[in-house]
Amino acid sequence: MKKYLLILAWLVTSLVLEAQDVKELLKNVKAKYDKVNDYTANGKLKTNVLFIKAPVATIKIYYKKPDKLKIKNETGISFIPKGSVNVNLNNVLGLNNYEAIDGGTDKINGTDCKIVKIFPLSDEENITRATLYIDEKQSLVLKSVISTKENGTYELLLTYKNYAEYGLPDKVNLTFNTREYKLPKGITIDYDNGTNKDNKDAAKNKKGTVEISYSGYLINKDVLDSVFE
Amino acid sequence: MFLQLLRIELFKIFRRPRTFIAFAAIAMIVLLVQFALKVNGKDFIQLYTDSQADTFDIPYQEIQNGYFVCVAVLHMILIHVPLLVALIAGDMISGEANLGTLRLLAGKPVTRTELVLAKFSASSVYVVLLLVWMALIALLGSLLLFGSGGLAIFKEDSIHLMNEQDVLWRFFAAFIFAALGLTTIAAMALMFSAVADNSLGPIVTTVCVVIVFTVVQQLKVPIFEETINRWSFTTHMLGWKGFFYVEKNAEGITIDGSIENPSSLVKSGLVLLGYITLFLFITIRYFKRKDILS
Repeated sequence: MKKYLLILAWLVTSLVLEAQDVKELLKNVKAKYDKVNDYTANGKLKTNVLFIKAPVATIKIYYKKPDKLKIKNETGISFIPKGSVNVNLNNVLGLNNYEAIDGGTDKINGTDCKIVKIFPLSDEENITRATLYIDEKQSLVLKSVISTKENGTYELLLTYKNYAEYGLPDKVNLTFNTREYKLPKGITIDYDNGTNKDNKDAAKNKKGTVEISYSGYLINKDVLDSVFE
Repeated sequence: MFLQLLRIELFKIFRRPRTFIAFAAIAMIVLLVQFALKVNGKDFIQLYTDSQADTFDIPYQEIQNGYFVCVAVLHMILIHVPLLVALIAGDMISGEANLGTLRLLAGKPVTRTELVLAKFSASSVYVVLLLVWMALIALLGSLLLFGSGGLAIFKEDSIHLMNEQDVLWRFFAAFIFAALGLTTIAAMALMFSAVADNSLGPIVTTVCVVIVFTVVQQLKVPIFEETINRWSFTTHMLGWKGFFYVEKNAEGITIDGSIENPSSLVKSGLVLLGYITLFLFITIRYFKRKDILS
């Protein structure tokens, strides 16, 4: 009996220690992101969604702590996924009431990463679960999979270069679920150029991606609140 | 001699007050659509984007620009313009027969072929002027009212976005193609006009033919899709829209200056030219043998 109690105590202790380890790691990552109060950046946005044909957009990205993010197309029209707000990892790292568990390790683009699974405890959070792939050496999140209550699951792949010290990526790939786009017949009265038939089945339940390439970050230069309205 | 004939025919067209009904009707429709979109543009765009509102931030303000409004205007108006074309072209020969001036005209030192071609050319000029008028108020007017920007086109199962610098040439091409489509209607109305002795018959017949083929086309049932619609002029008249369907590369990025499946537009253009030739051929052949009794 005593033996079983000892094993149980060891298991509980190791789990608590593990949770403390990953929380410590998250704290280190957050400390890096906390250097940035706000930023503006120029960028190029590529949209790859089956039913959208869009040119590469020249965009401007505005961020202000804790969770304000705005992506503006400077020259034309872009359909920006609602999940792009998760490009700002403060949404996850800024959580106060959460549980974190160690999910093991994995390689992202050749870099060893620790997997940390985060479960918010408050019902008010839009995020229901997040999995972060963290480069422990640099304290950077290289990949995140974020499940939300309202907008499904988003997968982010982040590449760092010039602004790694602030935890700001040079490139982000955002993958998200799309819904089928289908208007009732007769609304648009399309010209039949023979291309519609190929897309009909493929258009259902596919994933879409957007790629944002950042350049020219201006960090902590006091972004006005009016930008986000 | 032909040019003189054409001048006379144009004079006859533009002397009649009814000619300007079409210009007034177009202006009124365009202004009403522009007003509606100025006031309720967001609701109109929501009609196309509602299913995606949970996934994307829809840029309503950016979409609602002069180019988008012009396409919306053309979308609503170009289906009905054939009726206005029929009003003039359907009267070209039968109107003269009704007035009793056709025999006088046929007695002039010109061939009947020249006469038909002059009337057809005058109808075509009318079509072009109608489209120029439409371009002026629908395109220029909308740009003045709503400003410019990129263009969003909503198809039944896809959304096409274009850069601003890639848009204007598409409008020119679309207007030229629309002129080809409406000229087909003019040729058909002229054909019916050659057969009749009063204006009402050919005008109503042309309108009915357009309505029947449009309804058959809109039913989108396989039996018609695979037979009638493949060769129906109403199907190919929609070719103007094809200039706003853009092609994308493997990464999903639109290619500036591209058109989705341009060969279909060439085919549509050739089909319409074929119809024009056929209708003109029948008109000339019939008119040359016609006993003109009035």
